[in-house]
Amino acid sequence: MNAEFLVISLLNGVSYGLLLFMLSSGLTLIFSMMGVLNFAHTSFYMLGAYFAYTISQVVGFWPALLIAPVMVGLLGATFERYSLRRVHKFGHVPELLVTFGLSYLILELVQLLWGRSTVPYGLPTQLQGPLFTLYGTQFPKSRSFIMLVALVMLVSVWLLLTRTRIGLVIQAALKNPEMVEALGHNVPRVFMLVFGGGAALAGLAGVIGGNTYVTEPAMAASVGSIIFVVVVVGGMGSLAGAFLASLLIGILQTFAVAIDYSMVHLFQLVGITVTDQTFGYPLWKLTISQVAPILPYMLLVLMLIFRPKGLLGTRED
Amino acid sequence: MKTSPYRFKPLNIGRFLIWFLFAVALLVAPLIFRSSLALTMLSQMGYLVIICLSYNILLGQGGMLSFGHAVYTGLGSFIAIHAMNMAGHQVPLVLIPVVGGLAGMFFAFLFGAVTTKKSGTTFAMITLGIGELVASMALMFPEFFGGEGGITTNRVYGSSFLGVTFGPQLEVYYLIAVYCFLCTVAMFAFTGTPLGRILNAVRDNPERVAFIGYSTQRVRYLAFIIAGFFAGVGGGLATINFEIVTGADSLSVLRSGGYLLFTFLGGATFFFGPIIGAVLLVLASVLLSELTKAWLLYLGLVFLFMVMYAPGGIASLIMMNLRIAKYGRLRLLLPSYLALAGTGLVAVFGAAAMVEMVYHLQLNAALGPELSFLGMRLDATSLNSWFGAGLVLVTGLGLFELVRRQYVHQWGEIQEAIEKDIKRAEAM
Repeated sequence: MNAEFLVISLLNGVSYGLLLFMLSSGLTLIFSMMGVLNFAHTSFYMLGAYFAYTISQVVGFWPALLIAPVMVGLLGATFERYSLRRVHKFGHVPELLVTFGLSYLILELVQLLWGRSTVPYGLPTQLQGPLFTLYGTQFPKSRSFIMLVALVMLVSVWLLLTRTRIGLVIQAALKNPEMVEALGHNVPRVFMLVFGGGAALAGLAGVIGGNTYVTEPAMAASVGSIIFVVVVVGGMGSLAGAFLASLLIGILQTFAVAIDYSMVHLFQLVGITVTDQTFGYPLWKLTISQVAPILPYMLLVLMLIFRPKGLLGTRED
Repeated sequence: MKTSPYRFKPLNIGRFLIWFLFAVALLVAPLIFRSSLALTMLSQMGYLVIICLSYNILLGQGGMLSFGHAVYTGLGSFIAIHAMNMAGHQVPLVLIPVVGGLAGMFFAFLFGAVTTKKSGTTFAMITLGIGELVASMALMFPEFFGGEGGITTNRVYGSSFLGVTFGPQLEVYYLIAVYCFLCTVAMFAFTGTPLGRILNAVRDNPERVAFIGYSTQRVRYLAFIIAGFFAGVGGGLATINFEIVTGADSLSVLRSGGYLLFTFLGGATFFFGPIIGAVLLVLASVLLSELTKAWLLYLGLVFLFMVMYAPGGIASLIMMNLRIAKYGRLRLLLPSYLALAGTGLVAVFGAAAMVEMVYHLQLNAALGPELSFLGMRLDATSLNSWFGAGLVLVTGLGLFELVRRQYVHQWGEIQEAIEKDIKRAEAM
């Protein structure tokens, strides 16, 4: 392991982690405000990528960067208004189920409209190529663009929540919806705004994540469970916790896929030779890169055993 | 649990009658539906009934929304198939489902310790995480899970059991039917045990249960283990039925989602709801998927509308109408039901024609623009078919809305009348 590998992997990990945070922040906001675990959140992420793909064919990438999230946000708000609000009175489990059904539907519709294979959603010319070269390894512009957008989004959401009137109403409705309603604010409309806003953030993540990684029907499911891990590990309803957990998991996964060592190597260091005759060889021979996909879930299990409320969470159950 | 109108002490004849009819139905079903397709479907229904009922111990009775039930059915299947392939064949085939059940129970004991620490939405997220964990692990250990190809077996081994070799599908069906009946009885009996009762209380009001001195986590954990056992039995039976298990399919989160979807559609609030769900699951995945490529879209739509308008599932719709029938007022609603069904069918017909045309354009464009839809020829590229389908849809929807308003009004009146009847009966 050398410095070059370390720096580049760290940068890649941070950019992936920030993308995860763009997704988990919307999910956390919706969850802490409405108590709804939005199962279709990454479906909105996927929709953002596909919308941007189609729009960028017509008017180019940069307008799509604005239009696609707005469209996704409008869809999200419509869904909240006509479907989720109706189910609200039945309790939290039906709310989760209705978003689960929506994720099914969006997946089918995406496959119907754009086909079942990957779509060629490419980077615009301005974002192609490396931003800088470090010890002979290149760091792509697109990854740094993700970092830029995520940070801008982070700061603007923070400003919106703490410095504007609507932000203060949202924060108040988060803590005490009945009181806010009694003061004459339209809380259901605030909910609709938050849900639409969260969906738009997911859509924005899709626009920039879709062309940096791949745009395919499986993209929602592949990142969906990771996002849930982020939210639980960070602590349910804690934005700062989601931020920490996103970076942690982003870096963890990026490093893990690049490390080709297994327990066999570790045993060799201690002086024990392990061959395929040794008991448990199938387990010892697994390299870290092979177990990379399950590391986030392992982290989830460990977190639940040793710190059930998550990194920065406050709720015990 | 409502007391049924036909309750006689000390023998509950109504209940015995229902169980008797259930057993008879299991017995004669393969005699009525004789084709080999029907027999395969009946076998699948048999073990899916067990799986959906076991899922409902979590969802319906415990209020635990699990996204990882396939972990326990799938691991049950894998242990079962290894037991079948074991050199020496120590375990007779009739006991293989029990092996699967014990395996499911063991893994529920293991993972449940983590998952049941939380309830509600967090529980749902954790089960999803565990589901993904096990599904990805299956690809890491090809020695045990058989990798992409899975593991195969042969169910005919050892000495025959009372002259039955379990080679023919019919014999397998009856094995599944026996297990299906026994497990259903056992799970129904579970709902009446103190644990089953306190589980309902944990679902409805965990705080009060904690106040009277129970650990809600422990109750959830025990229920989780029991559900794991029955899930494993179902998994073991599936292994015997198919003689192959693949990790990518049996353990997938998609599979868990299917159990959830159909248990809910059947009705999680009543014990018999998941049985309807299991039957629907087989009908949809075998027959509907043959009929149309858009079946997942239809399924998603039906599920969404069900959650929004009838969160009790099909079972609750049946029970609500049974209540009306009990007070002799179902006849009044019959014309409305006919009208609702008629107009609804018209709307569905129009919508389905459009959906089928879109799917045809997307998937079968090479076969030309024409497709056959319920015996009609439609040209997916001509405006005429689109306008026609659209017109049918709009007409159907409009008429449906008119009839629906009338029906809602009528429904309210009948409910009021029933309330009055009840009050009058109490006053007398």
